[in-house]
Amino acid sequence: MINIILGAVSLGLLWAIMTTGVFLTYRVLDYADLSVEGSIVMGAAIVAKLITSGVNPVIATVIAFAGGLVAGTVTGLLNTKLKIPSLLAGILTMIALYSVNIRIMGKANITLLKSETVFTMIEAIGLDGNIGVIVLAVVVNAAIAFALYWFFGTELGCAVRATGDNEKMARAQGINTDTMKILALALSNGLVALSGALIAQDQSYADVSMGQGAIVIGLASVIIGEVLFYRGNFMNRLVSVVLGAVVYRIIIALVIEMGMRPTDLKLFTAITVAICLALPTFKPQLKTAVAKIMPHKREVK
Amino acid sequence: MSKVLELKNIEKTFYAGTVNENYVIKNLSLDLEDGDYVTVIGGNGAGKSTMLNIISGALLPDSGSVTIDGEDVTKLKEYQRAKYLGRVFQDPRLGTATNMSIAENMAIANRRGKNRGLKWGLPKSEEAEYKELLSILDLGLENRLDAKMGLLSGGQRQAVTLLMATIQRPKILLLDEHTAALDPKTAAKVLEITDKIVTQNKLTTVMITHNMRDAIKHGNRLVMLDAGRVILDIRGEEKQNLTVDQLLKKFEHLGGESTLSDRMLLG
Repeated sequence: MINIILGAVSLGLLWAIMTTGVFLTYRVLDYADLSVEGSIVMGAAIVAKLITSGVNPVIATVIAFAGGLVAGTVTGLLNTKLKIPSLLAGILTMIALYSVNIRIMGKANITLLKSETVFTMIEAIGLDGNIGVIVLAVVVNAAIAFALYWFFGTELGCAVRATGDNEKMARAQGINTDTMKILALALSNGLVALSGALIAQDQSYADVSMGQGAIVIGLASVIIGEVLFYRGNFMNRLVSVVLGAVVYRIIIALVIEMGMRPTDLKLFTAITVAICLALPTFKPQLKTAVAKIMPHKREVK
Repeated sequence: MSKVLELKNIEKTFYAGTVNENYVIKNLSLDLEDGDYVTVIGGNGAGKSTMLNIISGALLPDSGSVTIDGEDVTKLKEYQRAKYLGRVFQDPRLGTATNMSIAENMAIANRRGKNRGLKWGLPKSEEAEYKELLSILDLGLENRLDAKMGLLSGGQRQAVTLLMATIQRPKILLLDEHTAALDPKTAAKVLEITDKIVTQNKLTTVMITHNMRDAIKHGNRLVMLDAGRVILDIRGEEKQNLTVDQLLKKFEHLGGESTLSDRMLLG
């Protein structure tokens, strides 16, 4: 059991990097970006191709991040310069990336079983298995959280937030909202690709279909994190997103342990997200219901 | 007196070539001199908001030119001209970022027309300045710098938007019926603050209003639009002595194409 939980936590922490990326677009920019499904695979594809070609895993991972930046920029350009609606711009990038990812790998999947990865490097200093993954993932997540916390406090970061909050106001204050959107989308997809690169190294393979449903997993994690852990400032929010991703993986591990077929997972996740997204609609009814059951509790968070 | 704004032969048609074609602005020319405080009135569809949107760059004219302080800005994008313009919208929600604090909103406005880099977006050193500015409003907001904008009432948000529009001195302040969505008492208060800020800073201002009484009471110049043209331009002493009755008579005399809306008469 402890191994199942540890496995879920390590996987959750790796997916948390993608979740942070999804959070950037979905919450900060108010933009549901589907290119995530392609850019997570792109990260995996780049890292797998480079590592099997003999490139240092750390450098390969950094290049995977850069690949994600490019993918996000493409979605941003489609949306802002060509005026393609946000959902469609994301779908176009996602579809295009399917072909691009197979081009990168030269085939539909690559195994990394016999290759050196960032995790075998960690093992070499004595941290093996899930513990090694968890340590590395915590360090990466913390670095990202601090970097984002700093960035969104700067003038430029504030301009991105204002763009997501109120585009009209942002433009009236002289903010180039197109550039801010492209910037946020690039950053988001960069993180998603980084996540994909680390996941591929952890599971020792990259597969062209590993991104399927990534956006829904990301949204589920963001929402779970907000509901369970978000209480205050921006740093708290970033941490809640990471914890949300971990909790999501633990829930999934538990329901599989309880006998759910892995192929039913996507249905399970979709239903979870649908319920979470519908919650605000039913909040008034929910409040009255709770008030009836527990008269002393006045508010449903 | 130097000209701060020159609109020359502006034409604007919406949905050209379709059954919904709407010829909104017809060969409109208007000059503003430094320190002009112009109130703009006109019936529904007279082109008031369209004119303001053409000045701000939210809309591009089909032909004609927009010049601000001698610089032709006709082709400049909305965000590029923002350095010259302070704007307050009709909808109180449009002028501020809801999920950001009052101080953060003011810090963003304080950087209008400047490069936004990787310096801290809300330095502690600026908070005293924001507090002082907010205290001018007399709404008690100076003690709520960290409050989210979304928690404020419509009137409070408009007042803060006014500060934001003028914290960096704009060449022109554009007010698009900025009190229309407020209750009469709050509207009067916001107008009072508007007058205070405009006169103190000697700002060149364009204020659209549907309220004739307000149009007469405020500013030093009154412009009436009808069917996309300026049909009346009154200033100085004549403006000061103007009454609502006279204004209505003038409008009828000029044979305005659009009927004055009830909303407008209520003033």
